[in-house]
Amino acid sequence: MASRTIAKDIITLRGSAAIVSEFFGYAANSILYNRGVYPEESFVKVKKYGLPMLLTQDEGVKTFIANLTAQLSEWLEAGKLQRVVLVIMSKATSEVLERWNFSIETDKEVVEKGISREKSDKEIMREIQAIMRQIASSITYLPCLDEPCIFDVLAYTDKDVAVPFTWIESDPKLIANPQMVKLHSFDTKIHKVDTLVSYKNDEEGEE
Amino acid sequence: MDSGSFPSSNKTQSRYPLQEQNLQRRNSRENLDRFIPNRSAMDFDFAHYMVMEGGRVEKDNPATTSPSKEAYRKQLAETLNLNRTRILAFKNKPPTSVESNFPESAPSVHQPKPTKPRRHIPQSSERTLDAPELVDDYYLNLLDWGSSNVLAIALGNTVYLWDASDGSTSELVTVDEENGPVTSVSWAPDGRHIAVGLNNSEVQLWDSGANRQLRTLRGGHRSRVGSMDWNNHILTTGGMDGLIINNDVRIRSHIVETYRGHHQEVCGLKWSASGQQLASGGNDNLLHIWDRSMASSNSPTQWLHRLEEHTAAVKALAWCPFQGNLLASGGGGGDQCIKFWNTHTGACLNSVNTGSQVCSLLWNKNERELLSSHGFTQNQLTLWKYPSMVKITELTGHTSRVLFMAQSPDGCTVASAAADETLRFWNVFGAPEAAKPAPKANPEPFSSLARIR
Repeated sequence: MASRTIAKDIITLRGSAAIVSEFFGYAANSILYNRGVYPEESFVKVKKYGLPMLLTQDEGVKTFIANLTAQLSEWLEAGKLQRVVLVIMSKATSEVLERWNFSIETDKEVVEKGISREKSDKEIMREIQAIMRQIASSITYLPCLDEPCIFDVLAYTDKDVAVPFTWIESDPKLIANPQMVKLHSFDTKIHKVDTLVSYKNDEEGEE
Repeated sequence: MDSGSFPSSNKTQSRYPLQEQNLQRRNSRENLDRFIPNRSAMDFDFAHYMVMEGGRVEKDNPATTSPSKEAYRKQLAETLNLNRTRILAFKNKPPTSVESNFPESAPSVHQPKPTKPRRHIPQSSERTLDAPELVDDYYLNLLDWGSSNVLAIALGNTVYLWDASDGSTSELVTVDEENGPVTSVSWAPDGRHIAVGLNNSEVQLWDSGANRQLRTLRGGHRSRVGSMDWNNHILTTGGMDGLIINNDVRIRSHIVETYRGHHQEVCGLKWSASGQQLASGGNDNLLHIWDRSMASSNSPTQWLHRLEEHTAAVKALAWCPFQGNLLASGGGGGDQCIKFWNTHTGACLNSVNTGSQVCSLLWNKNERELLSSHGFTQNQLTLWKYPSMVKITELTGHTSRVLFMAQSPDGCTVASAAADETLRFWNVFGAPEAAKPAPKANPEPFSSLARIR
């Protein structure tokens, strides 16, 4: 009995990478849905993290996110991923309107020595659930995206990472003088993910 | 003071002194504890931006641009991990539309308007109502949906009104056995007045609001009135006698024009949206286009075009809502074709064999699509993409030929009445509630579609 509970709460590097990359997939879908980057009709509801989550049915977007999470998972397992940023830009002007910033801290000891850590799935899910709720409620304070938008994903990796064939180096696509809102974090005890959304400050005179 | 206390600020020695200097600065002026109090709470991009921006500002003032400042900036940048980070993005950008998932087209996909997401078309009817005693007669027109959202259907000798907003049913009129059955119904544009064509060649005008008969038009036709259409206050009626009569319902001698061209029953009548042209189809396989301006009461009116390409009765007629001079017509069992006409020139633009008799045609008001209803063998409704005439979907459910179709005022729902004595409602032209959020999310690309009416 005791050994079973212990076995259940053990988290490996690989398992952690899977959880984190899956989180990015759902988070990206949720952001694209909630921010209206793609039309509402192109999403379907699924149950995940104890919440109704929306997943795109658009084949192109689906493939993009699938390729993304596959690559992120690889980097996470190598401990080389520092940050993932989902950028929402104006389709017409390419001006960056929002940056959804997920910073990742990796427990280097785990990567180097191949040891595992202990944390229950349940607890991790609860933490992710809190972030997802915050993403869904972000529309209450984020400025309205009242123009057609496109998105892109930036991955901040260690310098020694070989650039995969399908990737290119990018500029950080920053927002000048942004407003920032920090969201919840979650921690698998191997990867700690901090979420922060920065967005274009429209009311410049107000502060 | 900064550079003064450390005169040897050359590159080889700059590292240690600068570190000290930084500490000094922190203690004396800015009182920062560390560069990164909490990595997770920092936005490095913002920090990077501020550093770069700060550097630029200082450049403007030569007094503050010292090598030590420069090195300090570098040091800061290094501490912030910027030089050890590589920012990567996919070469393939996420698609803005379905087709754009190609690297070559990636830069250009941001310009073209995105394709509208594929609309879900429910394959089964949203609602089915009983329509007992519906006369199974191809040449009649027993269903119409008025602008006040009330559907009128003639079942035997009775005209029923079904209010689509609350689903309530009422009986408008039951005609005497010797005068019936009702052979056509047509709502006036106001959605309040309705014309009821009878087997005895008379036409009754009713006020649906007061449930009161206003007048009877008689003396025009010699046999049943199977087709009618309104053009403002003109009610045009087509009879089994082959006559088409324009009745001005406001005046006592209501017959203002008579169009003679058909030598058999007129079963299809449709005015164009402009009210200038009238299309009429008959059991003589003829399709006529009449021009309002050519009509006169004293001399027989000549048709603008006589179109003889159909090889069976022409009942299904539909004017295109987005192209004024485009008419779609459908032929009966021996013809099975949908034909498209330029009614200015009389040219046949396209002809598609549907494999079944065409009983009625409706255009989608919001999309370039055409809906046709058919008989044997499938008794289906077919949705076509225009102008490619690719079948988008086929809706089955009726078990006998689908004689009549009518479109809701919002253009989204289609009612179909079939010889199986059912009236079915289909959400074939898009759900009204789904149509609303789309423009909100993407106002630019869809606004043009929303304006087509």
